[in-house]
Amino acid sequence: MNEKDVILLEDTFKKFYFDHFELLHVPENSIQREFGFQKFNGGMNRHISLKSDKELHLLLMQNKPSDVYCSNACYSFPNLPMSEKNWLNADLIFDIDAKDVTKKNQPENTLIKCSDCNEISNLTNSCPNCKSTKLAIITLTSSESIQSTKDEVKKLNQILIDELGVNPESIKIFFSGNEGFHIYVPKSEYQNIGSKERAEIVDYIMFRGAIPETFGIKKFDLNKSIFPKFDDGGWNGRIAKQLYRIKSDRSKVSQEIISGGYTLFQKRLEEFRHKIGIQIDPNVTIDIHRIFRLPGSINSKSGLVKIFVENINKFDPYTDACFIDDEKVDVHANCPISFTLKNTKFGPYNNETVSVPKFSAIYMICKGIASST
Amino acid sequence: MVDLGTDEIVKYPFLDEAGKYLSDKGFSLEQFGSDPDLKKIVENAFERIITASEGRIFKSDLASNNSALPMEIFSFLIAVILLKLSGMNTLIRRFSLAEARRAEKFLEKDLINQKDVKKSKQSLQILQELFSVTVQKDDEHFTIPIADYLKHAINFHEREWKLINRRVVSGKVHLTSHETVRLVRKELDRHIFNKISLSSSPEMIQGFEPYVQKLRTLAKKFEVKTVESTEFPPCIKHAIEVLEKGENLSHSGRFLLATFLLNKGQTVEQIAPLFKNAPDYNPKVTLYQLKQLSGTTQYKCPSCEKVKTQNLCFPVSACDTIINPLQFGRKRV
Repeated sequence: MNEKDVILLEDTFKKFYFDHFELLHVPENSIQREFGFQKFNGGMNRHISLKSDKELHLLLMQNKPSDVYCSNACYSFPNLPMSEKNWLNADLIFDIDAKDVTKKNQPENTLIKCSDCNEISNLTNSCPNCKSTKLAIITLTSSESIQSTKDEVKKLNQILIDELGVNPESIKIFFSGNEGFHIYVPKSEYQNIGSKERAEIVDYIMFRGAIPETFGIKKFDLNKSIFPKFDDGGWNGRIAKQLYRIKSDRSKVSQEIISGGYTLFQKRLEEFRHKIGIQIDPNVTIDIHRIFRLPGSINSKSGLVKIFVENINKFDPYTDACFIDDEKVDVHANCPISFTLKNTKFGPYNNETVSVPKFSAIYMICKGIASST
Repeated sequence: MVDLGTDEIVKYPFLDEAGKYLSDKGFSLEQFGSDPDLKKIVENAFERIITASEGRIFKSDLASNNSALPMEIFSFLIAVILLKLSGMNTLIRRFSLAEARRAEKFLEKDLINQKDVKKSKQSLQILQELFSVTVQKDDEHFTIPIADYLKHAINFHEREWKLINRRVVSGKVHLTSHETVRLVRKELDRHIFNKISLSSSPEMIQGFEPYVQKLRTLAKKFEVKTVESTEFPPCIKHAIEVLEKGENLSHSGRFLLATFLLNKGQTVEQIAPLFKNAPDYNPKVTLYQLKQLSGTTQYKCPSCEKVKTQNLCFPVSACDTIINPLQFGRKRV
């Protein structure tokens, strides 16, 4: 990123923080958390300890960070190196990202940027300019993919409540500031479990590693198999609905499964995994030493804010998480597709200088498709 | 602490009360080496170890415990002494596992004991105190909080123990009595093993030497020698291929590759060039991260289970018997 862009972003982010200190708080047990921040064009500063909101605000003002992070874990000594921190416990966190939910990049909101020649173009397999296949994917706003990501969040919440026994009140949803949601479950009975245990919860939620026997198949005596019922709870019920479609077809479909055999059923379970398993990012939940973007801070991949979501149905990240003002700014933009922010459509821009509201300029610079003139 | 009677100590002789029991009876170890009447107990203890070393469970003869000298409590305690005197860890391991499985059978029976509520309660108490597992009886089955279940279930490699293959309702896992007890076998085994390992080693007792000598000879049979091939497991080959093609390898893929090679003894300088084709290659960052991995913390290579979770596993038949990529190609001879 060039010097001019860095100054613009630093000043804009700093102004946002100064104007919105009320959005930025250290979490509970702050003294046991590890904080970290990154500067534009700089490396990661980790192992920082902050005691109060005041110290956090001071850090934001002094360092003009591009991104701010805080651990989900609590440690005895959060500011010591990893091996000496002494891990105590960690909030259970899930990350649902649009790219995992939609699975396939859509040409309507996806661009590619060539890592060799920096050419930006519409979605293809190789750079139209130099034919290189080293491509970075840039995704822009898409209400469709946000909608399907929200649906995924709701499905996850249901499993957390019904199956994992989490109190609905204690589930906190945050927009990640870019293209997904972070679902926090603080102070639950899962607070003390380690990485391996969390991996099991992940597999449960993603429907990974299920065996036919779990759904009543008797491998060596198929005729004696007892299949799940339509109204069963948990994965049994969800699989029953996938299998029978309608309640009354249970015996008919059961016969089909028996004649299809064990291996075929195993394959079908594998298909269901992709279809109805919840698309969380497994690594995020499994990693118990991770630092997460701090709620209330700006995501430098987009200029949008990681913000608490009160009502997921009504939430629109492209207006509710966009806090930057609309003062006009000139930028040189190269954006072959359009995007929508604060209910305004921008682009396409064909390598041209345009005058746009600051929130749109910042968004494009953060996405790497524009720079200050 | 659970309040145990003689018949309970017979079933669970590794519980704290067992040691107290022996001293209460006023016996010294020397007596077992010299008193011909007590010799049968030493024979029995020796048999108990042999049975365990063969992977079988010592058969209880509960009637033998009704005498003034409960045979099976003594034979357990003397077996522990013999094992300590032999100093053979392989035998202690085999013994602990067999004893764990023996206790497991009793525990399961007690759990579903409808006639004697006290026994059933006592078994729930043992599970709580020894393994911190809060088990609740719920009609025909037992329920355990998910977090408690997972702490134990992660030690199993069989897929049926995965949470996804369990009935999970409102934060609880539903299990049969057999599964409930099976869940803690490893910890039971570890509990017994630790108890034996941590107990102090006595001086050699006259009359015990021949048994101890036989145990030492027996232990040699179980020594395992291994050879290792130099071929990489498929997950590592895949990671290298991805990088060679200049495609993006996920953070977990890079972590796997780096920790694997570091654990195999390669240096940071040998590994770093592998990453030069990565789309976001930065020599400084690569070196920094590799140095972090090889630093004082010495990160371990992730387990196969973890690699699977990260979608980085591409198993071949030789992967069936391993639980960590580092074990690939290791063969017993």
